[in-house]
Amino acid sequence: MTLIKEIDYGTPESPSVKSVTLTIDGKSVTVPEGTSIMRAAMEVGTEIPKLCATDSIKAFGSCRLCVIEVEGRNGTPASCTTPVAPGISVKTQTPRLAAIRRGVMELYISDHPLDCLTCAANGDCELQDMAGAVGLRDVRYGYDGANHVFARNNGEVNFDWKPKDESNPYFSYDPSKCIVCNRCVRACEEVQGTFALTISGRGFESRVSPGMDEAFMESECVSCGACVQACPTATLIEKSVVAVGQPEHSEVTTCAYCGVGCTFKAEMRGEEVVRMVPWKDGKANHGHSCVKGRFAYGYAHHGDRILEPMIRESIDQPWRVVSWDEAVGFAADRLKAAQEKYGKNAVGVITSSRCTNEESYLVQKLARQGFRNNNTDTCARVCHSPTGYGLAQAFGTSAGTQDFDSVDDADVILVMGANPTDAHPVFGSRMKKRLREGAKLIVIDPRRIDLVKSPHIQADYHLPLKPGTNVAMVTALAHVIVTENLVNLDFVKSRCDWDEYQDWAEFVSLPKNSPEAVENLLGVPAADIRGAARLYATGGNGAIYYGLGVTEHSQGSTTVMGIANLAMATGNLGRRGVGVNPLRGQNNVQGSCDMGSFPHELPGYRHISNDAARQAFEKDWGVSLDPEPGLRIPNMFDAAIDGTFKGLYVQGEDILQSDPDTRHVSRALANMDIVIVQDLFLVETANYAHVFLPGATFLEKDGTFTNAERRIQRVTKVMSPKNGYADWEVTQLLANKLGLNWNYADASEIMDEIARLTPSFAGVSFKRLAEAGSLQWPVNDASPDGMPIMHIEGFARGKGKFVITEYVPTEEKVGPRFPLLLTTGRILSQYNVGAQTRRTENSQWHPEDVLEIHPHDAEDRGVRDGDWVKVASRAGETTLRAKITDRVAPGVVYTTFHHPTTQANVVTTDNSDWATNCPEYKVTAVQISTTNGPTDWQHQYRELTEQSRRIASTIDAAE
Amino acid sequence: MSHDSVDKLVRMANQIGTFFMAQKHPDGVASMADHLRKFWDPRMRNAILAHVDHGGAGLDPIAMEAVKRLKPPVGSDG
Repeated sequence: MTLIKEIDYGTPESPSVKSVTLTIDGKSVTVPEGTSIMRAAMEVGTEIPKLCATDSIKAFGSCRLCVIEVEGRNGTPASCTTPVAPGISVKTQTPRLAAIRRGVMELYISDHPLDCLTCAANGDCELQDMAGAVGLRDVRYGYDGANHVFARNNGEVNFDWKPKDESNPYFSYDPSKCIVCNRCVRACEEVQGTFALTISGRGFESRVSPGMDEAFMESECVSCGACVQACPTATLIEKSVVAVGQPEHSEVTTCAYCGVGCTFKAEMRGEEVVRMVPWKDGKANHGHSCVKGRFAYGYAHHGDRILEPMIRESIDQPWRVVSWDEAVGFAADRLKAAQEKYGKNAVGVITSSRCTNEESYLVQKLARQGFRNNNTDTCARVCHSPTGYGLAQAFGTSAGTQDFDSVDDADVILVMGANPTDAHPVFGSRMKKRLREGAKLIVIDPRRIDLVKSPHIQADYHLPLKPGTNVAMVTALAHVIVTENLVNLDFVKSRCDWDEYQDWAEFVSLPKNSPEAVENLLGVPAADIRGAARLYATGGNGAIYYGLGVTEHSQGSTTVMGIANLAMATGNLGRRGVGVNPLRGQNNVQGSCDMGSFPHELPGYRHISNDAARQAFEKDWGVSLDPEPGLRIPNMFDAAIDGTFKGLYVQGEDILQSDPDTRHVSRALANMDIVIVQDLFLVETANYAHVFLPGATFLEKDGTFTNAERRIQRVTKVMSPKNGYADWEVTQLLANKLGLNWNYADASEIMDEIARLTPSFAGVSFKRLAEAGSLQWPVNDASPDGMPIMHIEGFARGKGKFVITEYVPTEEKVGPRFPLLLTTGRILSQYNVGAQTRRTENSQWHPEDVLEIHPHDAEDRGVRDGDWVKVASRAGETTLRAKITDRVAPGVVYTTFHHPTTQANVVTTDNSDWATNCPEYKVTAVQISTTNGPTDWQHQYRELTEQSRRIASTIDAAE
Repeated sequence: MSHDSVDKLVRMANQIGTFFMAQKHPDGVASMADHLRKFWDPRMRNAILAHVDHGGAGLDPIAMEAVKRLKPPVGSDG
């Protein structure tokens, strides 16, 4: 194992297809037109000295170290800003160039500390490297003049010196080491798109300034780490490197946060992670990251982690630490007892969308082969199950149609019910880059999310619809497209079912579906709806990106099909720059669905009633499988309350905090005989568990995740599991106690079984993934290298299916008792239920959930900014602090669900999507009132939590 | 099965019925029955069937018809 060092070509790749041939130092080089001479030289292995250039950002030409000579041209141009030209002859090293470079370096070093031995960047400093490369031997100017290096010059205060900024928890900024190369400023602009940094002052006063010369934490900085990565010196450096030292080896692995699936180099010293650095060759992130993946991995070492298995007879008892054998034995006995007493369908499993494909596969296999039922579900139930259903109906596959790179060719981007800059930040940055290049933007969201207006980005249309009216909105957009003859009839006729199209066109054309007819319902002016529809239909390549604001509604599946209708009607499918793109919530939502976690289908989305598919598994697993669908998560809770569902094995999901109507969930859990929780921490669900099996973090196991673009990527073990076992090994222990006799020696053997039994994964193996880096399913004989863009020639199902999308108002209506609509979401620094991110310094950005409320609604209720307010719905009530903002429309309030003390889901209801039972998180009728503090429920819940987290000491246990 | 649970099944069935009613399928009832067979676990199907046997209070006509097509009940030891 060595430290992976990517080649820095100095300037970005040129997209040109035209080639240019030139000579560099006597060697002939052929590169795309528009390539810089610096990059062309690097292509043949000649590294021209440079400081202000790096290939993630555009050439800048400020350091003057990369000068070259071109035969027949005057002067010494910078190779980073000079493009190649046919037939030119370049020299990268001459006596004149060497003298210029040495002179430049002398000036740099005359104003730079010479503490290299004790500097954190020692061994990873480009300034140091360049001093060596140019042969710097002397600094004739000395170090005594004006400088930024010393706090005092000859005893006098040096006003040019500035102290270190340590405000950010993850990196420090030391202005005394800055060479003003602008790389951080440019990375913040070009890569991240936040524009938090600038250079203040001129000449000798120039320095990097976060915001208006503020500390990093006070500025607009989102802590993505792009500036730290771009910095050639120790000016911006990870505090972990300062604390530990330079890494000695690294492994490529995949982030365990959101569905973007960024790949990182885990840079290690022994088994200690020194830092996570986004991998340049990562196809999902291309070397970029966000504050979560880049920095928030400290939870792996958090003191709250439970590393030994525990059991208890009943949930009012303290936990008892036991051996693995005793824990899985206890679990297996209770599961068997529940099945004997209540029937084989009385137990089930929940697979995790945070765990690997291999782990989800084994958990559903445990249910199907071990329990002999199909009671398996996954947290995708509560986020993207409508995507699975809706896109399978429309196109024939339960997945997004594009890769992320496709956005580079989009001309019109339509974002609906998604907040990419917070929830999918690395893709959000890609999208912003394309928008800065001129793509048009339509945002359909009740809130004014950052994309609507942020530096150098402005939506052409923001349609702030009322929560719960998505279907009416997509139908109104379709009305405009059909009635104004903007349909791509050639596409529809050749690719879609014509009869169904005609039925649909007739339906959407009805006057009741016109923008004018629904503008009051939606709360959006008809003219804006018409304008947005025209733009999407006629603006070139139209790409739709959507999230949970689409799916988590009583008509979530209908909206997904409505979105598919829009894409088909306008022919925006089957090529780059277009498509229907669900932005998946958790890292492996796509994968857990692919792996047969749903109760109605086997791995690869084949219905359990499909005899051929079932028989393949029966043959491989040596058992007969139940052909009837099992229970979905909400159905499990209902059955538990009815007393027919008695046992649950939950891997890596905190259903009590994440699922709606907390009181309903806790009643269901309390009614079970055996609840087995496998997790890193004593999560909220563990309050109701009888067995706790310690889980492993993504750093401690091998496997694969599949991201939102169907990309299968490796997760690599970089340290031994602190709990002793990878999660798939824990499932195997339990399975073998149930008599299943599994013998997987490593995760790759599980993938081999998946590939053997799942046609869309037929060509996937760890070996193939190592060769290819990543693969986008389907990977089979027809597409051995995977499929970045789907439905190019035709739809997977044959003809595309238009579905009629009749708007049905949700039963969750505002009225005198509950006059406001609550909708929920995420923010950048926290992730899902916060189990991981709350146990990192990310909480500095978001220490508690707050309620966003419009000034009008706040004034009506006497609520001031920062007040404690009570949020009450028909399901329950909770309290949190108010934040007054016009980001939400009057009548709408918004909060996040990252903190268990808030328990936002105490208020959400049991309404759900008609097709999939995906909960309607995004619409709850509530009332807001001022209050003095937490509700009784919050007090009681805190007591319960304290009670149920007691762990008996070994002496107690012996007594 | 508790009252609450049956009420919820009735609500869910009506939601599904509303969707299939809007489609211009030759047979919306059949499509809905197919949906229930594909996505509802046997105990849910049996519970709603039992509810229909007791008059099916609260069920919309299409949902009622679709549920009737689920007969006979699914043999299940659950």
